[in-house]
Parts: sequence; C-alpha cells; structure tokens
Amino acid sequence: MAVPKVCGIETEYGVTLRGAAESNPVLASSMLINAYVEHRKVGWDFEDESPGRDARGFAREGSAPPEVETHLVNTVLTNGARYYVDHAHPEYSTPECADALELVRADKAGERILARSMQASHRLLEPGQDILVHKNNSDGKGNSYGTHENYLVDRALPFASLVRTMLPWFVTRQVFTGHGKIGSENGAAPVDFQISSRADFFEEEVGLETTLKRPIVNTRDEPHADPQKYRRLHVIAGDANLCEVATFLKVGTTAIVLAMIEDDFIDKDLAIVGPVHAMRTVSHDPTCRATVEMAEGGRATAIEIQWEFLRLANKYADETGLELCGGETVGTDVLARWESTLTALERDPSSLDGTLDWVTKLALLDAYRERDGLAWNDPKLSLLDLQYHDVRPGRSLYERLVAAGKIERMVTEESVIEAMTEPPGSTRAYFRGRCLAKWPEAVVAANWDSVILDVGSEPLRRIPMMEPLKGTRAYVEPLFNECSTPAELVARLSS
Amino acid sequence: MPEREQKKKAAPKERVEEDVEVAAPTKQGEALKEELDDLLDEIDSVLEDNAEEFVRNYVQKGGE
Repeated sequence: MAVPKVCGIETEYGVTLRGAAESNPVLASSMLINAYVEHRKVGWDFEDESPGRDARGFAREGSAPPEVETHLVNTVLTNGARYYVDHAHPEYSTPECADALELVRADKAGERILARSMQASHRLLEPGQDILVHKNNSDGKGNSYGTHENYLVDRALPFASLVRTMLPWFVTRQVFTGHGKIGSENGAAPVDFQISSRADFFEEEVGLETTLKRPIVNTRDEPHADPQKYRRLHVIAGDANLCEVATFLKVGTTAIVLAMIEDDFIDKDLAIVGPVHAMRTVSHDPTCRATVEMAEGGRATAIEIQWEFLRLANKYADETGLELCGGETVGTDVLARWESTLTALERDPSSLDGTLDWVTKLALLDAYRERDGLAWNDPKLSLLDLQYHDVRPGRSLYERLVAAGKIERMVTEESVIEAMTEPPGSTRAYFRGRCLAKWPEAVVAANWDSVILDVGSEPLRRIPMMEPLKGTRAYVEPLFNECSTPAELVARLSS
Repeated sequence: MPEREQKKKAAPKERVEEDVEVAAPTKQGEALKEELDDLLDEIDSVLEDNAEEFVRNYVQKGGE
C-alpha cells in the first residue's frame, strides 16, 4: 500500500578556494558553513535510533547526549535543513517536504543559503581569497559528487519489485532531469554534449555503494523513520537542477511512480535490457531518438517508455487519486507538465529552453557556437558549461537567464527567502525548525528523527519523531505558541 | 493508448506550421536575435577571465 511521498533533496555542491596556495575543499566547506551559522550552530545527533525505543516516544534519558564523533562541521538550520561537510563538499539537505512544489522552494532556498555563505565567508578569508560554489555534479575530469533524492516508501514493499520498475524509470527520466554537460567522462564513448552529467558514472544496476561502482538503484537502508513501517528510497541517479520545472518534474513524477509500484498498479513490464548501458545511450542523445532494448522484446525510445509511465499514472490518478503524491493540486500539475514536456521533447526538445536545464544550457552553448564559431572543445564553452551552475547571483549564468526573463519560475523569490529560515509546515521539519528558532540554546542536538532538548535542571530529553507527518504545523503550532520554555513543551508532549 | 496516438498524429501538422514561421524572417525574429545578442554580451561581461585556466583549475574531489 502506498504511503505519503514525503521527500527531500541532498546536494553536494562543488567548492573551490581561490587565491590560496592550495585549495583545501574540506576547510573551504567548513568555512562556508561556519560563516553562515555563526554562533547559532546546533549539532547533529549521530546516535542510531533503536526500533524498540522509538515507538512510544518522549522517553526520559538519564545520560549525556551522544558524543559527536566528527570534527567536520555539521549543523541544523531553523528551516529544518541539515547543512554540513560531506567528504570534501558542502552539503545541503532540504527539510522533509510533503510535495514537489514545496521541495522546489526548499531546494532553491539551499542555493540562496550557499550564496549567502560565500558572501559571509569573506570575513574568515585572507584578502584576495574567495570561495566559489557550483551546483553541479562533476568537474569534467572524472570526479562526480551527488544530488540525491529521498522518498518515503512502504516497508512491506518487496525491494525486488521496486528495482524492476525503478531501473527503466531512472534510465528514461533523464530526458527531463539531466542538467547537460559537454563531453563524456569515466571511459564513456566520446560525445559533444550529453543530457545528464551523471549517466557516465553509473556502473552497476543495484547496490549499496555511492562513491565507487555507482549503482542506478541504491540500496541504502536508513529509513530515518519508523523502520517497521517505512523505507527511505535513497536515489542517487539524478542531476542537480537549477530549473524549478525540472526539479518539480523530477520529484513529482518519481513520487507518483513509487506510489504506483507500492499499490502494484504497474501492469506492464517496462524493464530495459542492460540498463547501465542504456543510461548512457539515453544521455548521449540530445535528439531523444535513440532506442534501447526492451526485456519483453523490441526497442523503444526513452520518451516512448515515459509515455507508458504517464499512461499508467493518468489511470492511477483517475482510479486512486493523488492524495498520497503531494495532493491533488500538485499531483495534477505534475501530470499536466509531464505530458506537455514529453510532447515537446518528441516534437522539438529546443522548445523547452527555460524549463529544463539541459535544454537551456544547450541553447546557450549553441548561441555561442553560432556567434563565435566555437568548436565543442573550446575552453569558452567549457566555462559556460561550468558557470551556468555558479551559485553567486552576479556570476551565475542561470541567474542571468532568470533576470532576462528566459526561465520559467514556479515559486516566488519572497517565498524562497522565507524558506531559508522557515520550515515547511507539512512535515516533522516544522517541529525541528521551530525548536531551533524558539529555543536555540536548549537544542543540544537534532537529527531527522529526533530532537534532544536541555530542559534545565532535569536530564536531557530526547524527543523521537519517527513519523515524518507528525510534528507538523497543524499538530504542534499551538504548543509552540502556548509554551514559554522547552520544559513546558516536553511536559505537554509527555502528557 | 488512444490518447497518446492522437497526440502523435497531431504533432506533424503543428510542426509544419512552425517550420513556415521559421522560414520567413520576420520583424519579431529580428527582435529576438537582437535580444539574444544583448544577452550574450551581458553574459560575456560576467564570464570569468581566462576561460582555459579557470576550467583547467576546476578540480573537485569525488563525493557522495
């Protein structure tokens, strides 16, 4: 049975310390985050939840909080997001969102937070130095870093049935999720321009790895919620998107497909023979006409397979509704945009300039190629490819296109600015964020599924949040309004 | 999939109309071209100096 598609996006940003003898990315990432949070830093709680303990909730703990065993910066923001150093990148994990539109806003707020961090980092840097941040997924030299999506999934669903449908899903959705890049990497066949920056890096169909031998379907089983009821599908096969429509489609369509799998609604075998190879085949063809071999016989283009998914999704919407897929309003918009996007991709992909990243970037590169007569290997084109993703408002080519009115936006800038500090009201991120905003000194640590509060003279209290849709504005806003101390809040929650 | 087939049939007709529009340069087309030129000029002004060096030095550590 389908469960509500609570979702989030984690992005590892590219980072460069410029003007220093050596660019230390870990140090640069730490400086960005420290500069942003200043003294408002609250630690991340690394202790694993135990299933037996989280069921009841609000249990008293007599001991000190778990030691944070990392020297890397790791913090939680009042909007419910996690902002930290992962490997050698600053990573922003959005708060949990209940629908794709809310997630578009939360993800865009992450870009603004990184931009503000860069600005603030000048206080910590030597004169002449600056930190550059790019929302991309590869350096063009074989090094890739991820943008991961997360979706709440029913624990009862056999993982194998999820894998069978998600493989062709991830292969074919690239036609709207890719952010485009010049050339190929990781030993892939040479190509001028391809749809996805990530396709070349997938080497396995299914697996636990994320850094080596990357699998199309990742099996990490860390639900960050009641493990008896839920899985968290950790999706590593996606590109970082700047276009809001691309993020919206990426998340909205994937949520519907997952709900259909959970409800055993997919009555057609859409499996592709050799999905790892097919990933590249689809990405390497910006005309979207390349075909892949279907397990049940014959060949199909990514768009044809997408039409099958959409046909099923429309039927699913009619018969089951989209309440669990972000609600009817958002779900219906997802279906409409999905259809118009496939229609446009089939007729003329370039008509999606301003809505999909890869098409927008390709149009920009083509305009330069035409005006300046540049070959695909010209460094100026590579710079455009890279600077499209620069997060600084003045330097980001994507933002220049927004300013020129070339990009379709789905959320207002005011609401994005608000989402930098305000949590979404629709998930437990609201509880986490409000605790931090109201009693920053009392929040000792926080995690996706718990908050640890120092309530004064008593022992520290750990408040489990194993249900992603509890702790929402509707549930707890009155409590925050009525309680003047964290001790009062804990007392009210326990009663 | 009746819905889908219908769409597919409709597509070529609309495509022809588009081609006609593109074939004859119009005032609107020229205005668009000018607008694009202005945009590229503006982008030129914010591009990093020395493209070759900038791109060469852009090296990241793998992540995830």
